[in-house]
Amino acid sequence: MIIFENVEYTYPNGFKALSSINLEIKDGELVALMGENGAGKTTLLKHLNGLLKPSSGRVIVNGVDTRHATVASLSRDVGIVFQNAEDMFFSPTVWEEISFALHNFGYQEEVIKKRVGWALKFMELEDYRDKSPFLLSGGEKKRLALAIVLAWSPKIVALDEPTVGQDVLQKEKMIQIIRQANQQGKTIIISSHDVEFIADLQPRIILMSKGKIIKDGYAEEVLTDLSLLKECRLIPPQMVSLTYELGFLGIKPHLGQPEDIALEIIRRLR
Amino acid sequence: MIAIEARKLGFMYAGSSSWVLKDIDLEIYEREFVLLAGRSGCGKSTLLRCFNGLIPYFYEGELEGEVKVYGLDTRNHPPYILSQYAGMVFQNPDNQLFALTVEADIAFALENLSLPRDEIRERVDWALKVMGIEDLRDKSPNELSGGQKQKVAIASILAMKPKIIILDEPTSSLDPASAKQLIDTIAELNYKLGITIIIAEHRLDMLLPYVNRLIVMNDGRIVFQGNPRDILEKYDVMPYGVPVPRVVRVAQQLKKTLSGSTISRIPLTVDELVQDIRRWRSGK
Ligand SMILES: Nc1ncnc2c1ncn2[C@@H]1O[C@H](COP(=O)(O)OP(=O)(O)OP(=O)(O)O)[C@@H](O)[C@H]1O
Ligand SMILES: Nc1ncnc2c1ncn2[C@@H]1O[C@H](COP(=O)(O)OP(=O)(O)OP(=O)(O)O)[C@@H](O)[C@H]1O
Ligand SMILES: [Mg+2]
Ligand SMILES: [Mg+2]
Repeated sequence: MIIFENVEYTYPNGFKALSSINLEIKDGELVALMGENGAGKTTLLKHLNGLLKPSSGRVIVNGVDTRHATVASLSRDVGIVFQNAEDMFFSPTVWEEISFALHNFGYQEEVIKKRVGWALKFMELEDYRDKSPFLLSGGEKKRLALAIVLAWSPKIVALDEPTVGQDVLQKEKMIQIIRQANQQGKTIIISSHDVEFIADLQPRIILMSKGKIIKDGYAEEVLTDLSLLKECRLIPPQMVSLTYELGFLGIKPHLGQPEDIALEIIRRLR
Repeated sequence: MIAIEARKLGFMYAGSSSWVLKDIDLEIYEREFVLLAGRSGCGKSTLLRCFNGLIPYFYEGELEGEVKVYGLDTRNHPPYILSQYAGMVFQNPDNQLFALTVEADIAFALENLSLPRDEIRERVDWALKVMGIEDLRDKSPNELSGGQKQKVAIASILAMKPKIIILDEPTSSLDPASAKQLIDTIAELNYKLGITIIIAEHRLDMLLPYVNRLIVMNDGRIVFQGNPRDILEKYDVMPYGVPVPRVVRVAQQLKKTLSGSTISRIPLTVDELVQDIRRWRSGK
């Protein structure tokens, strides 16, 4: 369980990036943070493992007040995939980059091998195991960042803009893996501008704007509220825009797969 | 007029044992708006680096065939010459901005060209104005949001008055409204100023209406190229990692079920599809 109680955060230069954040995320929830550039999403995520500590209020993760815990101890339970993948890299090879944390957590060599191998395979990085992380393509760097965290399999996984630089096939795969991890009981928190991806994932959505939470609801409700989306510089998913325009056929704005919406149009046209 | 020409282009990074670009033949004409798409790792950024001379100048490796930018062979012309023809905006604007103020950042490359002071001032003013960021002139790049940084990066390229602007995933970290604004601005540079645009992107929805040529790459080769509507109509591009806009999938399903004349064209936008549905309904 994650609890934010009246959290405020002010950066050292005096900029207040979060204000009056009150939030409760239960174990096993799937949550997306959405909002404009600079809304405070990354700042909020960095509170989960104690990288940032609230200027006032408190953050409690699995019963632990983050003000009284180290990043190292919180990280066992909370893995964050950073927005800028390069911030996570320091090893000479892709393989070592993934195995580093596992060594630190004291896993046995056999387990480490298995987990690293699995993560490489899943993220389609097997060919690059001996390559320098810095020489990967943009999308490959992001996948390596994901592989690092997936390999250590924390209970709470925070993904900051996971789909950036990914092609559509990898995004589909990412949806599968997120669902699967979620079904295994992991809490997953994703920050993303990718409305189509979030529309497919259908999580609980927390909309942020200018450091505040302006809405907390489910995908269907949030992603069909055009004025709310506009307020935080989001553009509705294409199927919401389409169904919105099809009011003359008696269709209501909603989320859905294109093929299902086509069938609905056909029913109305006949 | 041909802006960029590649003949039998191949490239392998130093220390690697596989060709990242294979046998690429391509001509890009002046005033085109070209979108490069394909799976992550297929070679898009590498191809773009060949267009402004970063390859072979900064990246070591083996280059085969040739690339010409306005007739200049990239092997014999260093990037500072080529950048007056083809300017590149990187995916991460942080790698491009380093001066204390936005104004100084935009002036920097011009000073390196030893242009006269007045000319520099004029071009900086013009670039700020075209990008609509005159109010950011005296700010430090560190204080800007991601979207603002990206605009400054484009302004600094624009001030060089290149004939070609190359953009590598320029919208990937922008919120959708900022991404839309940026794409609209790029489209204006293309149709108002006649600047040739070459852009690599994974987000297609917003771009397709402006693009005259879609190039799909796979594993270092060009697999399809042409007008985006034709390509989406003729080929299944999903296996190549190209996100087919959802309206296209709706239209394809409608075509399949209603047979023939309902949907006369593959729609690139929601508006186009809605128009077609309205037309079909009133003609029925
Ligand atoms: N180190 C810092 N010092 C001062 N201000 C900062 C710092 N990091 C971020 N900010 C500011 O805090 C605000 C929130 O930033 P944050 O990175 O949390 O936004 P975000 O919602 O993740 O945005 P994006 O969608 O662009 O990633 C922004 O206005 C940003 O400029
Ligand atoms: N500097 C480099 N040194 C060695 N190999 C590299 C370098 N840059 C890229 N590569 C490799 O070349 C291949 C093509 O990379 P490139 O960056 O061109 O792909 P891309 O299509 O732009 O991918 P993405 O969509 O992920 O940005 C990848 O396999 C990548 O690992
Ligand atoms: Mg962020
Ligand atoms: Mg790239």
